[in-house]
This record gives sequence, structure tokens and C-alpha cells, in this order.
Amino acid sequence: MLLTLFITFFKIGLFTIGGGYAMIPLIEREVVERKGWISREDFLDLLAIAQSAPGVFAVNISIFIGYRMRKSIGSIFCALGTVLPSIIIILAIALFLGNYRDNRIVENVFKGIRPAVIALILTPTIRLASKAGLNKWTWWVPVVTALLIWWIGVSPVWIIFATIIGAILYYIFKLRKA
Amino acid sequence: MSAVAIYLKLFWTFFKIGLFGFGGGYGMLSLIQNEVVEKQKWISNSEFTDIVAVSQMTPGPIGINSATYVGFKAIENAGMTPAEAVCGSLLASFSVMLPSFILMLLISAFFMHYKDHKSVQTVLKWLRPVVVGMLAAAVLLLLNEENLGTFSAANLQLYVSIGLFVLAFIATYFWKIGPIKVILMAGLFGGLFYSLI
Repeated sequence: MLLTLFITFFKIGLFTIGGGYAMIPLIEREVVERKGWISREDFLDLLAIAQSAPGVFAVNISIFIGYRMRKSIGSIFCALGTVLPSIIIILAIALFLGNYRDNRIVENVFKGIRPAVIALILTPTIRLASKAGLNKWTWWVPVVTALLIWWIGVSPVWIIFATIIGAILYYIFKLRKA
Repeated sequence: MSAVAIYLKLFWTFFKIGLFGFGGGYGMLSLIQNEVVEKQKWISNSEFTDIVAVSQMTPGPIGINSATYVGFKAIENAGMTPAEAVCGSLLASFSVMLPSFILMLLISAFFMHYKDHKSVQTVLKWLRPVVVGMLAAAVLLLLNEENLGTFSAANLQLYVSIGLFVLAFIATYFWKIGPIKVILMAGLFGGLFYSLI
């Protein structure tokens, strides 16, 4: 089991191109759909948690899934699997390929990959939206959140913290009333 | 500075970056620049730009990629051997993960224990639509000139990028093709198309 966790996350780490969000479609495919380790709802919760903790988003996600599967030892294997491909590749570049950046073919390959990766993130966004409990009262929440982050440049961390505080106040208010 | 002192400093610097690096890789990059280029002067500004470019062109989380690269360069620039530089890069990657590792373990344990409690359920119910918006914002933010090519009507790369974006979406959403296959095909296409024209 620990080896399966490691290999799964090694594969995910190897294809996470262009930052932590690029990991989301890979996790959705490997961990949610294929292996069925967590449900879509749990995946949404985990994204909120991973985003509100400091550190590397992709590593935080793998720590959480590893902990769910096999407690602390599971999170060590998942986190190692996620980071090992990038450590090996970066070390190889630093040691042997000083001018990697100027390689035309590598540059061309990435010109093709980058736009595709954005679409890969869009797909789980739409799939997860159907599990987010959206209705006629809440549909505006993702829209306003997206606009705040994209247009005004508010950090997602603040929005998550504000939402948590709002939810707790609401809960206390309801408890008092009952 | 002695070797041990440099390693200790490397550990402490990246531990701090891991602890205060909120909001994913790009938020972390500005912290790294501030600590590593401006305060410690381990690497130059142009070396830092190289690191950002290399991080974007290699797989893996950007925070880990840049920690690995900076750890290597900092030790190498201090005039030590490549083997010692490899140790530096491993140390930097480990240190940047350590704070979030500890925090995430605590959060995960807390979450598993209390996730059925009504208050936690309320918080999660409120958070889910926000996370969807957060992901949508990530998509919007990534649709920029760096990823698609300059936004001008005469730029061929822009049209090709839009085509690849739409095709990759159809492939994953409607045809249910896996993301790894899509990445490999888009990379193969880019490598052939842009090299041949």
C-alpha cells in the first residue's frame, strides 16, 4: 500500500507542470476516479485545507491524502513521491545542463503544454462545481470569489479565512437561537 | 563562512520561506527572492530569473523546484564542491517542506477527528463554493500572455494556443482522456509544430 501511494504520487509529481494547480486534474484522475481513495466532496474540502495552510500547495495536498490513507507514514510516502521527480530533474539540470533554458525544442514542447494544462484545470473545476452544493442562493459565491482573486488580486488565503470565520459565527448564532 | 554555518543558514532561510509562503508557488517566489537574492545575496537577480524560468519548464511544484535549484547554486557560489551543492539542494527542499508538513499533519489529524462535528460541517459547506471560485480564478489567471503568447491579432502562437486549450478541454471533459495523455500529446504537438514552422 505504501509503495502504491509512493508510485501514484511520483507519477502525479512527474506530470505536475506549471505549479500546484496543475496537480488538481492529475489527482482527480488518479486518486478520485481510478483508485477511489477519496470522494469529490472530500477532494473539495481538502483543496480548501491545503490552500489555507502555508507551504507548497501540491505537497500539502499529498500530505493530507497520505494521512487519510495510512496516517503519518502515509503522508511521508506521498510527499516524497510528489517532490522526488522535481528534485531529481532540477538536480540533473543544475549539474549537467546549464543552458537548458535556451534549448529551442524544450521551449517549443512547453509552448504546446502550457495552454493544454490550463484546460486540464478547467475540467475538474466544472466537475467539482456539481459537488459544491450550488443552488439559486449560492451560485454567486464562486463567481464573486473568482472575480475577487482574478480581478482585484485578493489572496485566496484571506477569502478562505474570512469564510471560515463567517461560517463559525453563523453556527454560533444558530446555536444561540436554538 | 564555514560549511556548517552555510548549511544552517540555508535550513533556517528555507524553513522560514516554507512557514510564511502562503498561497502557492508564486506567492513563495517573491519570498524566496526577498530572502535569497536581497538579504542573503546567495544568488544574483539574473540567476533568480533563470530559476523561475527553469521551474516553469520542469515538472513539479514551483516551490520545491526553486528550493532545489537555489540550494544548489548557493553552495556552488560559495565555492564548494558539486557534491556539497547536491547536499545543499536536498537540505533546502527538505527545509521548505518541513513547516507545512508539521502543520498539515496537525490539521489532517484534527480534520479526521472532528469532520463529522456540526460546526466543521458548517464550515466545509461554506467553503466548497469558495473553492470552486478559487479554481476558476486559477484558470483565469493562467490565461495570460506568458502561457498563450502575446495577445495580438497577428500572433500565430496565440491561435494555436487557443486551439490547444479548447481541444484539451474537449478531450478531458467530454472524451474523458486522462491528463497525462493530454500533456504528452500537447507537448509532442508543440515540439513538432513550432520546430517545423
